[in-house]
Order: sequence, then C-alpha cells, then structure tokens
Amino acid sequence: MKETKYSICGMCAVRCPVTVQVENGKPVWIEGNSHDGGMGKSLCAKGGAAFAQRQDRQRPTAPLLRRGQRGAGEWREASWDEAFDYITTRLQGILKEHGGRAVMFSDRGGPFADLRQAFVKALGSPNYINHDCTCGRNVHHASKSVYGLGRKDFAYDYENARHIVLFGRNITESIKVKEVKNFLKGIKNGARVTYIDPRASVTAGKASRYWQIKPGTDYALLLGMAHCIVNNGWYDREFVDRYVNGLPEFKTFLAPYTSEWAAGETGIAAAEIEAFCRELNEDRPKVIIHPGWMLARYRDSFHASRMIHILNALMGSIEQPGGLFYPKGPKDAGKSGLKSLAALVPAVNEERADGCGSRYPQWDKGAGMLQTAYAAIDSGQPYPVKAYFVHRHNPFIALPDTNEQRRILDKLDLIVAVDVNFSETAWFADVILPENTFLERDDILRTEKGLKPGFGRRQQCVKPLNNTKAGWEIYVELAKRLGKGDCFPFNTIEDIWQYQLQDTGVSIADFDAKGFVKLSNQAIWFDRDKLKFGTESGKIELVNQKWEAMGVPSLPPYVAPEGPPAGSFRLLFGRNGYQAHGMHHNNPILCDLLDVNKLWINSAAAGKLGIKDGDQVLVANGDMEGKIAAYVTDLIHPEAVFMLHGFGTDVPVKKRSLGKGLADQLFMQGKLKEWDQAGGGLNLAESFVTVTRATRA
Amino acid sequence: MSKYIVTQNVADCIGCRACEVHCKDKNNSGPGAFYCRMIEVSSAKTSPPQIDFVYLACFHCEKPWCVDACPTGAMRRRELDGIVYVDEKTCVGCKACITACPWTVPQWNPDTGKVGKCDLCKDRIDEGLEPACVTKCTTGCLTFTTPSQASQTARQAFAEQLLHNRR
Repeated sequence: MKETKYSICGMCAVRCPVTVQVENGKPVWIEGNSHDGGMGKSLCAKGGAAFAQRQDRQRPTAPLLRRGQRGAGEWREASWDEAFDYITTRLQGILKEHGGRAVMFSDRGGPFADLRQAFVKALGSPNYINHDCTCGRNVHHASKSVYGLGRKDFAYDYENARHIVLFGRNITESIKVKEVKNFLKGIKNGARVTYIDPRASVTAGKASRYWQIKPGTDYALLLGMAHCIVNNGWYDREFVDRYVNGLPEFKTFLAPYTSEWAAGETGIAAAEIEAFCRELNEDRPKVIIHPGWMLARYRDSFHASRMIHILNALMGSIEQPGGLFYPKGPKDAGKSGLKSLAALVPAVNEERADGCGSRYPQWDKGAGMLQTAYAAIDSGQPYPVKAYFVHRHNPFIALPDTNEQRRILDKLDLIVAVDVNFSETAWFADVILPENTFLERDDILRTEKGLKPGFGRRQQCVKPLNNTKAGWEIYVELAKRLGKGDCFPFNTIEDIWQYQLQDTGVSIADFDAKGFVKLSNQAIWFDRDKLKFGTESGKIELVNQKWEAMGVPSLPPYVAPEGPPAGSFRLLFGRNGYQAHGMHHNNPILCDLLDVNKLWINSAAAGKLGIKDGDQVLVANGDMEGKIAAYVTDLIHPEAVFMLHGFGTDVPVKKRSLGKGLADQLFMQGKLKEWDQAGGGLNLAESFVTVTRATRA
Repeated sequence: MSKYIVTQNVADCIGCRACEVHCKDKNNSGPGAFYCRMIEVSSAKTSPPQIDFVYLACFHCEKPWCVDACPTGAMRRRELDGIVYVDEKTCVGCKACITACPWTVPQWNPDTGKVGKCDLCKDRIDEGLEPACVTKCTTGCLTFTTPSQASQTARQAFAEQLLHNRR
C-alpha cells in the first residue's frame, strides 16, 4: 500500500516541511513539501540522508544504563520500564533532598520545546535551558536592546532586496532551504551582495563584493559604516525622525570612528567603505544587513550585532518589502494561537541557577544560559544542581573545552540523555533514552510565523525500527511516574493536538491535506505609519536606558581584539552544507561525502612555516594537540586558521567517524568561562593555536 | 546521447551536494561510489573569489565506449531513449567499462563487487518523473530536459538579457 505523509524534517534545527512516501510500512521517498511554494520539492543533503540515519545501527537502539565509569562506554540494555524506574527512583531522591530546582534540562530550543518546558516546570524547576549560548543569544539580546523585540521577531525579504549585507552569515552553507532559494532569487533580481568574513565561504563566491576582514573587527567596520552613513546623511530621515530615539548621542559617539580609522582596524580601504555606504544609500530601504544567526564568536559580538540592528533602522528597512519584516502570528490573522502545554503547569517562582533575570538581569529567563549553569553546578551556588536532562543537545562539542565540561558534569548525581544519536554528551550520561528518528515520531503542533501565519505538524511516517520512543511519550510517562500526571492529561498525541488546537477553529484533520494549515491567504503587512516596538518608549533605542541601568552600555568605545601571539593563529570554525552541529558525521551517506576536516591556512602564512597544501600539520594550544591535513589557500585571512566543526569524535561505536579529523572545541581551553558580558554568547572565535609541519609518521 | 540531458545553472549552485545524497539514497550506490558528483572549482585570484561547482554524472553517449568494452553485455543502452545502464545480474565486476570510459564515469560498488552508474533514474522517468538529483536539488539549479529544449531555454534567457541590458 502506498501512502503520502506530510511532516517536518528533523535532521537539523531548520525543520523544513517534507513529504514522505511510504510503501507497505517502509519509507521509499522523501522530498520537500511542495504544498509550501517557497520550499518546492527541494531538500538538502542532510534531509536526503534521513533514511540512512534510520537504518544506521551505530545509534542507540534501546534504553541503555551505564555500568562502568562515566564516559567509559560500558552500557547495559534495559527495558523502558526499568530505565524509567531507574530515573524515577534517582530523581525522587534528588527532589526530596534538594527540591525541584536541582533539576536542569537543556535542548536545542525550537518550535516543539513547549512540552519539554512543561516537563521541567512540572518538576518544580526553573532551569530549562536551550543551546543558544553557542548560537544566537548575542543577536537576540542585541535586538531586544534596540527594538525591544527578539531576533525571531524579524525575518528577511531577500527576494525583493536591492542589497544584502552579510557579516559571515553563510547563507549558502548553513542552509535554510527556503532562505537560500529566496537569496538566489534576490541575486537574480539584481540584488547586490556584500559578504564580510575572514574566510571566503561559498557565499563569498555568490557576492558582488567580498571583504576578507581582519578577524574580530566587525564592530570596527560597523562603526566606520555608521559614521559614514550618519555624517553624510545617507539614511532614511523620515523613518528615523518618526521611530528612532538617540540620534544626536549616536552622532557624538561616532565622531572618532571615521572610515580611515575603520580602515586601520579592519584592513578594508576607507574609499571602499565609503563606496559601499554610498551604495547602501542608493539601495535603501530595500537593504538587509543580516544581524547574525550564530554569533557566539567574539567578546563584542553583541555590540557588533547591535550596530547592525541600528543600521537597519537607519536604512528604514523595517517592515519593508526587500528589507526586514515582522513574521506575523495567529493573532495578526485575527485567530487564536496554539494553547500552551506549559500553561497547564503551576508557575515556578525559584531563581534560575544560571542567574538569568537575577545575577544577569539583562538575559532572558526563557532560554537560560548553559555556561553559567555549569558554573552553578561547579560551585553549588546559588543552590545545588544535581540532575541534568540533555535532550538531543550536545554541549560537549557545542561549548568549549570538553574536558572541563566533563569535570563539571561529573559532579551531578544523575545525567539522562535523550537522543537519536550517540552524541559525545550522551556517551557520558548515566542513562540514554533513545528517541525515534523524526520519520518515526509525532511531535506537538508548531506555530509557523511569517507573512502568512499558520500551524504545522510533524507526524509519524513510519513505525520505529528499534526499541525507541518519541520525546513526548518519554516526558509524559516520566511526569506520570513522578506524580505529575495532572499536568499532562494526555494519553495520545491526538489528545495533545486536540488540546493545542482547542481555541483555534482548526481541527486535526485539517493537517492531512498539506501537513500545515494557513490562517491567512494574504500576506499580512503592518501599516508602516503605525509601527510599534517593544521598548519602554515604543521606539527604536540607539541608547537604551533600561539596558544601561542593567550594566550594559549602549554605545561602548571600540576595543581592538588581541592579535595572535607570534607563531599563532586565531582558530575559526564553521559549517558546510551537508553537516550540521556535529550530528551527522557518522551518517552512512554523509560520512561518505566528507569524513575528515582540514585546516585552512593562508598561503603566505603557510609558506613562512614551510607548509604545503596537503601536508599533515600539528595544531596545538597548551597541552592539547592534534594532526590534520593543511588546505593552503588565499581564501582565508593570514591571521586565522579555519576548520569545519564537529569532527574528531571520541565515541568508539561511531566507527565511520571515530578519530577522524580534529574537534575545534578541544582547542578552546579556558573559554567555558569567557563570554560576551552583554549578550551572553560564548567567545568561540577567541582561541589561538600554533601550527607546525608534522613530521611524517 | 540519450534523448535527455541534465543541465546546471552554475550561478544557482551552492555546492551543497544534495544531488549526490539524493542519488545515493535512491540508488544505493555503495560506499565511495557517486553516480553524480559536484566538482568544486575555486580560485582566490579575483575578488570576490570564484567558488563554483560543476555537475558531472554520465553523458549517456550515443556510441558508449563502456557498452562496447563490456564482455558480458551487462552494460547496455536502452533503445527507447538511449539511457546507458548496467544490468546488475549480468555484471561480473571486471571493470572494463571503467577503463574504457574517457571520463571514468562507471562507479565501483565495493559492497556488491559490481559496477553501477547513473541511469537517470529510468524507473522514475518511466513513471513520468525526473531523476532524484534534479527533483530535489536544494536550489533548483539542475534541470532535466532535452538538448533542443535546453538550447531553446538558454537562447531565450540570453535574448532577454541582451534586450534588458540594451535598455
């Protein structure tokens, strides 16, 4: 029997809509869900490797209980009943002795997090944390401090843009399928693209202008741009007069930051910066300066992103075709949104262990901050944290300094990993609860914001191949066993969907035809004369007093980054189009595309060290060292070296990828304790390594 | 030449290698075997740099060297539309076709000890569909077409660009 199922991909955090064809219970074809016009049948390489992931046996296929030392890899298969019992018993002891707040949970956020947040809340803990300290926290907090709106409160209309400016936002390799298609349409429609990155990614090859900026000087370039734009009056006066507070202070602040000054800091000629700003003036308001996606890089990334948010306002590109727009939600279409599962759970009024909203008043409580939660585990302050649920999240490779993380997490009484793969973090856990692959699981419904808002459904396309469960089943069952069943009055996923849809006028069957439901047939644009921002003044704040009062200056003077010590290079990392977050290096198909990373090193720098293309080189920082092949190229700045992220796993059962390539985060020693003080993002581009030619083994 | 051709708009290609994966997933080509491949061609001599990718699969020659070289008749050309394909049952794994092909297109499958190659997903074509690589290309840069249609489309685009630039 042939069936067509519509669902949502789970191979990376973009979660594209997909169509899956199933024949006699077997998945036979997967493609993009073409009912979504922006998607078409397109599917990236990761989505294309979804069936291979399901078939792969080098993954957890049944609940596992640790037998030996943490991380030693000695496991015993257990029944679900036994695994749930084990967790419940341990957890009840912890709850009794330390209270609910001793439980911590981290995941990768996203549109299905509501149920997991409800679970943490039901245990009486405020400590739900997502992965964002290594992703967009700086961008998000910067956006809040300028607009009073989060980073996801803006989207980008690339297709109609005249100029797209990307500070390392690698659209063609950190792929969102719909975004990259719109980006290429924009180029076809005549958009200019300015790409700024110490390393020329594939996106540089699509640009009309590429600047190989000195690493760590984005903020300097942005200050130079702002100076040029403001002093020449190359901004949208009408928009600024109406919506922007603080221009006079801004202008005064910018006085020293001339184009010539910026040229000295960044290595980009003053005349080029001026020519670029002149173009922006011609192209506005159809200008998108992307504020960054993953921007946990430098100690001033928050301020670099903040300056981008400000420049977008100066361009007048807000709620503007060809610029930035507000993704509209159900309410904007005159409809009710999905009912929250966390709303069924009594409020928790404890201080967060990671200090968000208390020790760090400027940081959102919703997403938390993992590195300061680590500090809480380590010190026992403000209170003991004893149990950690890590849900398809892999801090051991996402955050710096895996060894230091191991030391800290070893203080916990219970670590439970829920994952599809043997992540490096799961390997260190006490219990691994294997989750169904996305093809095999339902999830809670999601809200899909956009010009035409709606809801989307991930549904089970095929039965699980192994002894695994869906995340929702795991958490509802655990909650019931812990006596919190009242908070989860559901037995089936349909019960949950029914509850979520309660006030929306939409029924479950409405998802069958396309996999999603639109709440508006028309694109919704707000009246540009009546825009509202989330700041206390309701305006765009170049100087935000509320943030200043929380200890975050709005316009701090520029501090140049440290240069690499003699003989060292700044270590940069990134992604390609067929891997994501280190989740798929052991995928049977994707590892066949690339199983080992290389070290990009500038030709002149390599020449001085006697390194030729393809040579094995020794990369070192402190007592950490490893060998890797050199890729000698002018596509990277002489001060930096680069490697793709996520390689060099030490999990022995991942036989295809074990020990292949180097893991960048191991070389970021000490960086678990260094982050952007304003935005909270970790400083993942602030480590230096030495590179020497390795003697041939 | 088969009556079909896969064309590539290089400007829209991002080297994401989804085509390679969709092909491997559909055709189960075996480890290290790629019926189609994106070949990167890059140079830092210009700014912006040139970073391009060229799609290479099989040319489905009108008079295929691989078919002539095959001693068992496993390598075949479909009369209907000229698609060159391997009949796996008849292949003995001698690799003569790999040697004979000027572009070394036939791929070695170490799991089966046989040769496999692009057959343009002929089972899909027979159902009125397009090859996996084209159908699911991330950016839509690949097109499944015929040589004459490809020529017409290219000329049309060029003509439009010519007049657009003149205005």
